[in-house]
Amino acid sequence: MEEADIERLKAIAKDIRKDILIMLNKATSGHTGGSLSVVEILVALFFSKMRHDPNNVHYRERDRFVLSKGHAAPALYAVLSRCGYFDRKELFELRKLGSHLQGHPDSKFTPGVEVPTGSLGQGLSMANGIALALRLDKIPSRVYVLLGDGEVQEGQVWEAAMTAAHYKIDNLCAILDNNGLQIDGWVKDVMNIEPLGKKWEAFGWEVLEIDGHDFNQILDALDKAEKIKGRPTIIIAHTIKGKGVSFFENQVKYHGIAPNDIELEKALKELDSN
Amino acid sequence: MEKASLREAYGRALLELGRRNENIVVLDADLSGSTKTKMFAKEFPNRFFNMGVAEQDMIGTAAGLAASGKIPFASTFAIFATGRAWEQIRQSVAYAGLNVKIVASHGGITVGDDGGSHQAIEDIALMRILPHMAVIVPADAIEMEQVIYTIAEYEGPVYVRGSRVNFPIIYNNGDYHFQLGKGSIIREGEDITIIATGLMVHHTLEAAKELENCGISARVINMSTIKPIDKELIIESAKITGAIVTAEEHLIIGGLGSAVCEVLSESYPVPVKRIGIEDRFGISGKPEALLAYFHLMPEDIIEAAKRLLDCKPYRLRAIA
Ligand SMILES: Cc1ncc(C[n+]2csc(CCOP(=O)(O)OP(=O)(O)O)c2C)c(N)n1
Ligand SMILES: [Mg+2]
Repeated sequence: MEEADIERLKAIAKDIRKDILIMLNKATSGHTGGSLSVVEILVALFFSKMRHDPNNVHYRERDRFVLSKGHAAPALYAVLSRCGYFDRKELFELRKLGSHLQGHPDSKFTPGVEVPTGSLGQGLSMANGIALALRLDKIPSRVYVLLGDGEVQEGQVWEAAMTAAHYKIDNLCAILDNNGLQIDGWVKDVMNIEPLGKKWEAFGWEVLEIDGHDFNQILDALDKAEKIKGRPTIIIAHTIKGKGVSFFENQVKYHGIAPNDIELEKALKELDSN
Repeated sequence: MEKASLREAYGRALLELGRRNENIVVLDADLSGSTKTKMFAKEFPNRFFNMGVAEQDMIGTAAGLAASGKIPFASTFAIFATGRAWEQIRQSVAYAGLNVKIVASHGGITVGDDGGSHQAIEDIALMRILPHMAVIVPADAIEMEQVIYTIAEYEGPVYVRGSRVNFPIIYNNGDYHFQLGKGSIIREGEDITIIATGLMVHHTLEAAKELENCGISARVINMSTIKPIDKELIIESAKITGAIVTAEEHLIIGGLGSAVCEVLSESYPVPVKRIGIEDRFGISGKPEALLAYFHLMPEDIIEAAKRLLDCKPYRLRAIA
């Protein structure tokens, strides 16, 4: 990847973070930490890796994206809007009565959202179904699905993990936002999920581990995943919950709290100075 | 008007129960701060099990604890408790006849901004259809506290539906005594009966005051136990008032309204109007705005009551 391209993605990521914070502030509720931890992953997918067309939302050959950790909806909405799926003004109607942007992704209301999520643990199964249908229809698109590290405590995730390996679903790539935190504390304290990589390997997956805030590593891994045939791939992305705003980083409290006016101002300033 | 948190009432009662009885154990699924089971967890870390984001496993583990003589309270949001883990509740808890208490927060649309995915509008129905399962929806924090003490003594599976939002206090004079299986009359009236549950009890009281100004006297019942339902009180009310409105923050299909109709249609049919959410899912918005949007406000109850009275042909009324 050219240095200039990386710089372009970094600039987009910064704008996305700002949009996320403003949207959450205006909504007065929502998930700050888990939206900020996935920004680079979403930007890499939507602004570089994925084939998609905001002007032809349902075109057959598009790559599909499923936000299994649906509470990161603000990040997805900010990215979709910047891609051109809908006007940026709509972002600031997030979570309001009558808004196209529901608290959790809803395909009935928002162009660019493939399936509704929000109840954790269900996205990988749906992504498997989408990938199987693509294979049946001989459509060469890929399916990307983003999971949380707390989310993988749901049993359904592991049922789906078996399915993907059993049916050799290699047109699917899962990405795990391994930010170490869930609502009640550190994942390792609430309900340990380690050894994570070994678990997915044992379930028949190709496992790649990367820094989830490094565009070179994300894009490399996405390219690598595309070349792996006969089994699904998961990218375990090591991330920081609340990434980009020092006083939100690694703070369990900011899982489900929106920035107030003072926090917003400080956060925007900090983002601008970096 | 004074309001109080049902979640905090639950947390307090649970803590007190934990002090009184070593067999009380508590489970949560990564929402202990929100459901307030954290209060118990802090004092009794050995008797608290955070299961992570794994509601099905939580219910199964609770069943095992109950099978071994413990009294488990399992908590999470209403939709994940009753929806995600429904078949575990059916098989491992209800079918087994085990003494598991499922106490959920975030019932109904007043979940608010999180949107339809998180708003439990079908939980009462899901639990009510299970054989042996008792279903309770407290009307305020005072009743919630009493419910928790009561079900700890009761042997058998119970579902209690709490809320994210604070409810106005209904029982502030200290002489209320919750009884499992009994509705409570909180206002007498002759023209019509309004049977409500949860937050709608407050809205119904507001409606009844306004109806009185229009010359309509409404009997108001808090039907906090939805199962086993208080048949005698429903039939008695039908006989006295001849028309019944039901009000719930739940689908009109399968909840309180359905339960009341089941009793009336077999025993003493009278005109009924069910107030609740029509056949649709919730959406994002602030709780107050959503209550208005889904027609769950006192005005909606008033309107329904007035219309229903027109179905009582034998009675001449003057509506202001
Ligand atoms: C089935 C289900 N149970 C519970 C919740 C409530 N909930 C929302 S986010 C969350 C924690 C998720 O942790 P993680 O996957 O690590 O998310 P992140 O750290 O990326 O925000 C929980 C329990 C839910 N949305 N769905
Ligand atoms: Mg996490």
